Amino acid sequence: MSLIDQFKNGLARSKSGFISRLDGLFGGGEINEAFYEELEEILVSGDVGVQTSVKLVDQLKEEIRRQKIKAREEARNLLLQLITGIMKPGETSVEQDEQPFVILLVGVNGSGKTTTAAKLANLYRQERKNVLLVAGDTFRAAAIEQLEIWAARAGVELIKQQPGSDPSALFFDAINAAKARAVDLVIGDTAGRLHSRHNLMEELNKIHRVIGRIMPGAPHRVLLVLDATTGQNAVAQAKSFNQSLAIDGLVLTKLDGTARGGIVINIADELKIPVCYVGTGETMDDLAPFRPEEFARALLED
Amino acid sequence: MFSNLAEKLQSTFRQLKGKGKLSEKDVDTAMRDIRLALLEADVNFKVVKDFVTAVRERAVGQEVMSSLTPGQQVIKIVNEEMTRLMGDKQSGLAKSNKGQTTIMMVGLQGSGKTTTAVKLAGHLRREGRNPLLVAADIYRPGAVKQLQVLSESIGEKCYSNLEADPVEICREGLQISEKESFDVTIFDTAGRLHIDDEMMSEITGIKNEIKPDEVLLVVDAMTGQDAVNAAASFHEALGLSGVILTKLDGDTRGGAALSVRKVTGCPVKFVGTGEKIEALEPFYPDRMASRILGMGDVLSLIEKAEATIDQDKAKEMEKKLRKQQFTLEDFRDQIAQLRSMGSLDDILNMLPDGGYIPKEIKQMSLNEDSFKVVEAIIGSMTGNERQDPTILNSSRRRRIARGSGTTVQDVNRLLNQFNQMQKMFKQMNLADKKGSSKKMKKVKKKFPF
Ligand SMILES: Nc1nc2c(ncn2[C@@H]2O[C@H](COP(=O)(O)OP(=O)(O)OP(=O)(O)O)[C@@H](O)[C@H]2O)c(=O)[nH]1
Ligand SMILES: Nc1nc2c(ncn2[C@@H]2O[C@H](COP(=O)(O)OP(=O)(O)OP(=O)(O)O)[C@@H](O)[C@H]2O)c(=O)[nH]1
Ligand SMILES: [Mg+2]
Ligand SMILES: [Mg+2]
Repeated sequence: MSLIDQFKNGLARSKSGFISRLDGLFGGGEINEAFYEELEEILVSGDVGVQTSVKLVDQLKEEIRRQKIKAREEARNLLLQLITGIMKPGETSVEQDEQPFVILLVGVNGSGKTTTAAKLANLYRQERKNVLLVAGDTFRAAAIEQLEIWAARAGVELIKQQPGSDPSALFFDAINAAKARAVDLVIGDTAGRLHSRHNLMEELNKIHRVIGRIMPGAPHRVLLVLDATTGQNAVAQAKSFNQSLAIDGLVLTKLDGTARGGIVINIADELKIPVCYVGTGETMDDLAPFRPEEFARALLED
Repeated sequence: MFSNLAEKLQSTFRQLKGKGKLSEKDVDTAMRDIRLALLEADVNFKVVKDFVTAVRERAVGQEVMSSLTPGQQVIKIVNEEMTRLMGDKQSGLAKSNKGQTTIMMVGLQGSGKTTTAVKLAGHLRREGRNPLLVAADIYRPGAVKQLQVLSESIGEKCYSNLEADPVEICREGLQISEKESFDVTIFDTAGRLHIDDEMMSEITGIKNEIKPDEVLLVVDAMTGQDAVNAAASFHEALGLSGVILTKLDGDTRGGAALSVRKVTGCPVKFVGTGEKIEALEPFYPDRMASRILGMGDVLSLIEKAEATIDQDKAKEMEKKLRKQQFTLEDFRDQIAQLRSMGSLDDILNMLPDGGYIPKEIKQMSLNEDSFKVVEAIIGSMTGNERQDPTILNSSRRRRIARGSGTTVQDVNRLLNQFNQMQKMFKQMNLADKKGSSKKMKKVKKKFPF
């Protein structure tokens, strides 16, 4: 069978190939080396990464030995527990005494920042918050128009400047305006940037500093927007962005595809950065708080 | 961790040396290194399995076992297999003989289709063609505007129609292209998931309408294991003709390139290396192979250096190096030249990890500010000190720090970096005499310092 057929028969169409394989794996039979090997493979194929997969399987082995577990079914539950133990959900409340609460969205190119900004605006607008969007990507072609359309759809205000203008200056104005207008929540979009670009990371750092100068303690939540299809490079992304401006949480986007986003386990484990929300589509309503149980099940079964 | 497979393999085999012949089990150890390195680079696990099997067969059967340098032999096989899989040679764009060439961009959301469509238009223009862009993404907010703005920025025409559906837009675009004597039409389509049946049937509809010469799948180089699923589905639905790999300007190893190539059999035709419209480059299979393997894109670096470095100066420098007369002033010139090669991040990304470049140098940040510090420190030295930094005792260092408005630590760090660089040259010279690898010789010749 050619490789392409394998994929067609397997995972390509839906996640069902994955499920049946796992049913086979956890359905019955004894717990042996082959079982562990296949388990490791499933984790690796979900982008968990070799090191973290091996670590998880080793921990599982240890627990199975300690608890004298014999059935694969029970082993699955143990693994689910292990993963959910690492994946504590990030904070999503935007309540605080002093207004406004400021969220800043950052990430590499095309990960879904602008769409997530719209989704968040929509979410908190529905909670009757007075939301202000900031079109902080002054660089990419039509990025401002993109967020402008979203802002209109979500029914929230938008602060913008000319394309090419200094984003720090824009945020300076935006936070001041938010204070004056009794805004509850400011959501700032930023231009996509690869974490390896020193000067672009500096720019982000400057935006952060400017916001903090006008409102000490702000931004209150910096979210790294991560595409679920990303492989091992996501760890480098999280490290660099975290170094530049202390990331509070992740938004894992595009989970409606066939990728399972397993790399966030590594990020949560190593960098202690939790996932706050997941993106599951291209409309404003396709955003949900992160639920570790669901995530782990999707990674391992359905 | 597995940043340099070449080194890892060398060391594995070094441990095994002196055991006479290598056993199959020894080879297994090496194969495990290879497997890990490829998985770390995001090559799909099934593809990895096939690859390792192929390498193993060649490694076990052949003269490798009895060779004096089995490590190098295996590295060679790995590299060859990888390059072979990536496609032995470069492949260009199809050129239709009916006068009109049609190119369709497809892919997942955010992979870089719109940007790459305009990059291609720019590339074709430089080749003397007359391209028209067609905006067929009616879904993503601002998508049409994005294509318009980007097209305009390089003076290319873009057709759009906010009232029509994507199939109509493409049909109209093609008609206009033919009527107004454009000779290439590039269709930018909306991002879509390969499991979205409705959107997949829409794109099949577009394809049937325009019967493109090229259907190019645009793939984000940072994609993980899932790359194969999307690629296989797009290929099955549309019959792809090629792949473009974007965002290679980052530090991803880009194993998705191998996965996608393996499941579709389609060549990678171009790579995107930046957000700017000029940042489109031909695809070199051998370079991609060594990047995935973590052996550094030495060749790209050489070319880049070649393009920017003053050749006479480079020759002069080489002479100095041979005589080991590399002074602090030369050091400063070299850093200035490095800066003119573009972002240092870019350059360092292409260097082989570990290996030849000492970490003191790799960690040197060469942004504008730190270069000013280097200038200031060297500027505060006397002529004698610059020629012979060994005379820099602590009181001289303190004086220099004061004079340059820096700290003694800054001065020490710079001297340390200078020493490392000198040491590196000595090693290069030595290696050269011993007849080291051809690649390294080339680097040495072309590298600015
Ligand atoms: N299927 C799916 N698509 C998404 C999701 N989130 C975003 N997208 C799509 O991904 C593409 C890129 O999204 P953007 O919001 O523009 O991404 P960005 O990070 O702002 O991009 P840049 O500003 O160019 O760096 C768009 O086509 C979005 O519709 C999601 O959760 N699921
Ligand atoms: N660094 C870098 N960024 C790139 C490259 N190619 C595209 N981008 C950026 O990636 C982001 C997404 O690019 P788009 O061209 O909008 O992607 P798309 O596939 O058209 O997105 P959708 O239409 O939403 O599916 C933008 O921020 C681009 O500037 C590249 O080679 N390198
Ligand atoms: Mg954006
Ligand atoms: Mg697009």
